[in-house]
Amino acid sequence: MTGLEISPLGTVAFILVAAAALLGTLRLLLGPTVPDRVVAADTLSVITTSGLAWLAAVLGSALYLDIALVYGALAFVGVVAVARAIEKGEDA
Amino acid sequence: MSGVADVFSFIGDLFLVVGGAFLFLGALGLLRMPDVFNRIQAGTKAATLGALSLLVGVGFQHPEWAGKLALIALFVLITTPVGSSAIARAALLTGLRPWRKAHGEAEEKP
Amino acid sequence: MQGPLPDSSPAAPSTHAALPRRHWSYRFLLAAAGVFVVWMLLAGSLNPQEMAVGAAVSLAVAALSLRHLVLLDDLVLSPLLPLHLARYFATFFTALIHANLDVARRVTAPRVRIDPAVVEVHTDLHSDLGKLWLANSITLTPGTLSVDVKDQTLLVHWIDVSPGTNLEVATREIAARFEARLKEFLR
Repeated sequence: MTGLEISPLGTVAFILVAAAALLGTLRLLLGPTVPDRVVAADTLSVITTSGLAWLAAVLGSALYLDIALVYGALAFVGVVAVARAIEKGEDA
Repeated sequence: MSGVADVFSFIGDLFLVVGGAFLFLGALGLLRMPDVFNRIQAGTKAATLGALSLLVGVGFQHPEWAGKLALIALFVLITTPVGSSAIARAALLTGLRPWRKAHGEAEEKP
Repeated sequence: MQGPLPDSSPAAPSTHAALPRRHWSYRFLLAAAGVFVVWMLLAGSLNPQEMAVGAAVSLAVAALSLRHLVLLDDLVLSPLLPLHLARYFATFFTALIHANLDVARRVTAPRVRIDPAVVEVHTDLHSDLGKLWLANSITLTPGTLSVDVKDQTLLVHWIDVSPGTNLEVATREIAARFEARLKEFLR
């Protein structure tokens, strides 16, 4: 496992994940309400967390696993914080 | 390359494809569903299983990372539903009413 | 939804007495053990030095966060805990996969066919950890999403309430499957 070696199946998986990220981004941009955007951001963060773990495999470096973990933790705290914030404020 | 590693790598690829497919379906649901609550439903479930499947796939290709991957999987498993519930609650409390299907013939209230 | 209805008694009094706290050492040891396991998974080696530092850090973290871990009191330790957890996760993963096939079916249909409503689901679990865990499980099962928890009632967004559904029975079904499993190791 050296360098960038992606099998044909891996390419298929990559296209699917990329499409998922694209659709999620679309929902993020479209809204229409704030919670809609937060849901999109939340889903994107889960995609990114697992994507980072995959990146670790593709690049052959375990370092990215730690990044995935920290990213996941920060994203979770962020999502809950924003959810709490829109609960308190009344602009939706 | 040894045979066993190849087989593991192949199984890992299968999990990656399945995971990618679920992530894609979840994102599609995010786009197609009519309101926040249904979007959360589709998004959370599919993203959770999709992410888990990706992590399992990576685990097959790098068995030596199993511990850390399991930790990430557990983390995703615990935090995703909590996040979704938090958003759903916020949406409900800000006054968003869940989308209802227009019952043509049988008026609601079963 | 699908599946036979487990015959758990739906008549639970909602007299919500606060559950008693346990001795602080119970929480402390659970927390320390949990942190140590996480440490070992992160370290990924059985190096004695690594383990020694891990043990020290676990004890320190457990001591510092003791006040915030009241939730751990709700876990019931028993020799059968691994078995109970395994049974729960078997139920859970079956439901999660069902849920995803369900999502896949709905999302790929030419027209999205759903008939959602917010329903109330009563639960017999009294502890906070129990309700949290149940709510999480419900969120990841087919067609349901926990929105809020008030005392013994979960507010659940349900994606497909067909007209004519017996809500009384159906809402029990949503919770009952997991409750039976969770009650084995949670208060």
